[in-house]
Formats: sequence, C-alpha cells, structure tokens
Amino acid sequence: MTLTDAQQLGYINAQAADGRVNVELETDDGMVLNMGPQHPATHGTLRIVARLDGEQVTSADVMCGYMHRGYEKLCEVRSYPQVTTLVNRIDWLGSFANEVPFILAAEQLMEVEAPPRAQWIRTLLFELSRIANVSLFIGDLALQLGAQTPAFYAFRDREFVLNQIESVTGGRFHPNFDRIGGLKDDLPKGWIAETKAAMVRLRGFCDEMEGLVYGNEIFQTRTRGIGIIPAHVAQSYGLSGANLRGSGVDWDLRRDANVGLAYDQLDWKVWTHPDGDSYARCWVRLQEVREATKMVDQLCDGMPAGPIMAKVPRIIKVPSGEAYIATENPLGQMGYYVVSKGDTGPFRVKIRSASFNNISVAPWLLRGVYVPDIITILASLYFILGDIDR
Amino acid sequence: MADAPSPTEAVAPDAPEVVTDDRREALRAIFAEHLGDAVLDTSIKPGQGLWIRVATAAWAEAGAVARDKAGCKYFDFLSAIDWLPSPYGRYEDSSVDVPFPPPMPDRASAVPGYAGGESRLQVLASVAKPGTDLRVFLKADVPDDDARVGTWARTYSGAAWHERETHEMFGISFDGNADLRNLYLPTEFEGHPLRKEFPLLARVVKPWPGIVDVEPMPGGDDDEEPAVDGEEGDA
Repeated sequence: MTLTDAQQLGYINAQAADGRVNVELETDDGMVLNMGPQHPATHGTLRIVARLDGEQVTSADVMCGYMHRGYEKLCEVRSYPQVTTLVNRIDWLGSFANEVPFILAAEQLMEVEAPPRAQWIRTLLFELSRIANVSLFIGDLALQLGAQTPAFYAFRDREFVLNQIESVTGGRFHPNFDRIGGLKDDLPKGWIAETKAAMVRLRGFCDEMEGLVYGNEIFQTRTRGIGIIPAHVAQSYGLSGANLRGSGVDWDLRRDANVGLAYDQLDWKVWTHPDGDSYARCWVRLQEVREATKMVDQLCDGMPAGPIMAKVPRIIKVPSGEAYIATENPLGQMGYYVVSKGDTGPFRVKIRSASFNNISVAPWLLRGVYVPDIITILASLYFILGDIDR
Repeated sequence: MADAPSPTEAVAPDAPEVVTDDRREALRAIFAEHLGDAVLDTSIKPGQGLWIRVATAAWAEAGAVARDKAGCKYFDFLSAIDWLPSPYGRYEDSSVDVPFPPPMPDRASAVPGYAGGESRLQVLASVAKPGTDLRVFLKADVPDDDARVGTWARTYSGAAWHERETHEMFGISFDGNADLRNLYLPTEFEGHPLRKEFPLLARVVKPWPGIVDVEPMPGGDDDEEPAVDGEEGDA
C-alpha cells in the first residue's frame, strides 16, 4: 500500500502528537509531567498534566473526554425503556444504581408509582450495587498505594455480591432490570438466605480491610492531612457522596430527599467525617459499605409481598413536562433532568453524574501537593471514567 | 426509622386538590425580593421542584442570590436545553426516504417548558440547599443571534467545567469565564453536538434496526397479554 503525501504527513503528525503527550517536558518554569491518558494510576483514560517545581505541583490540568460516548444525544433517539441500557454503562461498577433515578424521573412524569415490593427490591439492588462498587474501591485504593493483596480480597468478595445481582437480573455488570412502573422479574427462590450469607461475608471483608488497609501506618501517613477539601469548597464544586460527607457536610439524599425507594423504612445512619482529607473520604466509604450490608439485611427481612409491576400501558408515552430526580449513588449524587414532549422518547436528558463534579475539584486540590500525593488524592476522590465522560 | 428527616415535604398523597408547597413558595419569594423584575416567570410543582426564569442580563446575579440569599450553597449542575424540535425526528424513517440535510423546523415550533421562555436555547442550572431536598432550577433565555450569558464560575467554582461543556455542546458563551476550551471534544471539532440540528451521524448512515425489524407478537393484538408480564419495553 502506498501512502499519499497527505497521509504520510498525517501519520507523522499523529506520531508527533503522541510524542508530545507522553514525554516529560523540561521548560523554563519547571517540568511538565503527563500522567495518562493511559497510566496505571489514573484507572481509566484520564489525563493529568501537572506542572512541577521540583517535586511540587504548581498547576495541574485534568483532561477528560477520551471516553465520551454522547449519551445525552443518544437518549434523544431512544425510547424510555431503551435508555436504561445506555445508562447502565455510566458507572459500570454500580450499574443498577444508574437506572433507578432515570426510571424514577420517568415515573414522576407519568405519575406512576411502583408497588411496595418493587420499591424494596429496587432499594435492595441499589445497595448491593453500592457494596459491589465501593468494596472494589477499597481494594483499588490499596493497590494505588502499592499493596496488592487487598485488591485480590476485594475482587474475591465482590464476587459474592455480583453473584446475587446476577441471579436476580441475569447480568453481572449491566442488569438492565428496572422498568417504568416496577421491575422485570421477582426475586428467585432461596435468594434471600444466600444474600444474607453474602452480607456476613462482606462485613467480614470490611473488618479485614479496616485492619489491613485503614489501620496500616503507611496508609495513614499517606492519606491523613493530605488533599484537604473544606466544606464550602466541596459544596461550591458540587462534590457528592463520601467526598462531601468526608468534608463534614451531613447530607445524604437517601435520608433527606428519598423519592420512591424504601430508605425511610429502614434503620440506618449517615456517616460523616470532619477532617476533609483523603483518609476521611476513604473512611466514610468503608462505613457506608458496612451500613449498606445492614440495610440489605433489613430489606431481606422486611420484604413486603405483592406485585412487582404497576399498571402501565404497553407502549410507554410520557406526558409533557420536566422532572429531575437525583439519588445517592455509590459515587455520589446522580441525577437525570428529563424533558418530555409527550413522545415515546425523551426530548432532552441532562445526566448529572457524580464523578464529573467530583473530579472537577482536582485542579484546585492538586495545586501545591507533591507528586506521589497526586495518586492518593485521585484515588481517594474515587471516580469512574464512564461517570465523568458519560 | 432512626433518624427522621426534618418534618419536610408535607404533601400528603390523599390531600385535597389544592396542594401548596410553602417551603418552595418561601424560596421563590427570596428570589423575587432580591432580583425584582429580573424574575420573569416561575413555576412550582408541589413536592417536586421550583423553576425560576430570570432575565438574560441577570443570570450571573441570580447565581449569587441563590448562594448568598437563598442558602443554596450546593452547586448541582449547569447545562442548556435546545427547544427546537429535531429536524431528523427520532430517525424512525429510513435514511433513503428523507433528504439530507432535512429542512429546519419552524423557529416558532420551539416551545419552552416550565417557567416559559422566548428563545430557542435556554441555560438551565440546578442549585440545592445541603441537608434538605430543596433545589432551585434556574433558567435564562439565550438570545438566538448572540448566544452568550454571564458566568457563574465566580459564584460556584464547579460551574467552570459545566460551562465548558455547555459551550462546546451548545455553542453558548459565558462572559467572564476565560477558560472555555473544549472539555470532551477534540479541539478542532466543528459544530455543537447537542443542538438539535446536529445530526447523529450513526443513525443517518445506517437506520436503526430496532424500528424497522420489529416482528409482530405471536397471537397478534396487544390486549391478549396483560402489561404486567414483564416483557414490554424491550420491543
């Protein structure tokens, strides 16, 4: 195959651009350090361009978009039931939780309410998603700091949760199980007992991690007092989830703005931490996994009987209007602003994902830190690339 | 229930027809007091939300009022809505049947949603009161010929990135935000993908099989199966 001149030039330019991305540049005002787009510490294709003065970061820029899939545009050509397939892939570690706020927003517009049993199963799967997501975070966090074993433990124990999700929904990662008006199926036989056994196992995992990771002296010195986010900064950037509660802001949508889920009938606690540093964020997440296992137990015990689908028309048309529902997802607040024009598909969907706001604080937060701390801070902010780029 | 939420949300499901929402009314009053005539229209759905449309020139000030006066210190998101119907519909038709590019819909067919509006594009932002379920959705018209509004980045730091995204996706400029580089799209990208006239090229070159290939259900009519058997929605 012969190349034209233009093709050759394009090829050379592409190579040169690659070179510029991956090379550390020595300039008059310090060094430019590129991390990513493919770098083990960024778990995903996030690129950090840090300007350094010695070992200290003078400014850092975050570049995302390597995985932008244009879900907001794609939603406009899908029908309402089809959208859940798309949004499954936003935060892929806690997929079911992505479906719930969208379905709730559509239900609000249609003025449909899911029957109690469906609400309880939704809450149950929502919390299982949280456990699956955040337990992997704990393992990954340790991996970022150079400890390999916790990552294997996390993958091992997460599997018990994924098995439970799979036996209900048929999908380990992309359940696509939530429907407008209820759920696709009921729980299988014997599932409740298995789930409670898995929760015992996961509580054991939390205890293990608390000693192995959180009690570790190296972990503490690398996270305590590092990457402090004051409460007013957290609110101004719109951080959410453990990043907000780790800064001492006592706000959890599950407690304060519960729409259509069973949280108001459970006995549980919102954890906060006053420090606002990397350790606080990680610590809050660990407590939330524990709290979630307790919630799952209560949900299993108190599961009401009854139908799992409300009466909805076969062809779903959503009346005109606008609705915004946000829920407290594993990564933080996730919301869908749905605009309907009375059609079978949404007119516009704005996806407010947690990681986008959470990572937008990074340029502010990374200023002045030392190079190794970039990694702990990013790990403690905890983002999923699909949740940033959507 | 251990920690009860504050006695909020007094909207009983079986209350009589007139449902009021005092907390959102109070919030609206704060905006009306501080922005005066700049509040053009408002809309409250009891228990669900408060929408306020402000004048374009007062957009930046509305953000400051929300944060400092209304107590909505939490920045949720900022985006925009293009109210023009898509000239491509929802790509139900096969690409050979429709001319490309199709004629643009009439400008008058751009009908805005809650809290009204006159322009085709509107900026939309949501701010919240931490610790509660109260949010305010703020809207402002964006003039058709000069798509620019003031920036919120000085009020809410997090708005800077949202404005970058809105800038590339809708072509709206934010006065005062110096860093409007593309966030997601390549630097040389032409067009604004979330505007309705921007085609979804994948659907233009290949029609969506989900619509043309639907097979009729065995047994014919819809009425035979009740809607609860869980298989709807996949078609």
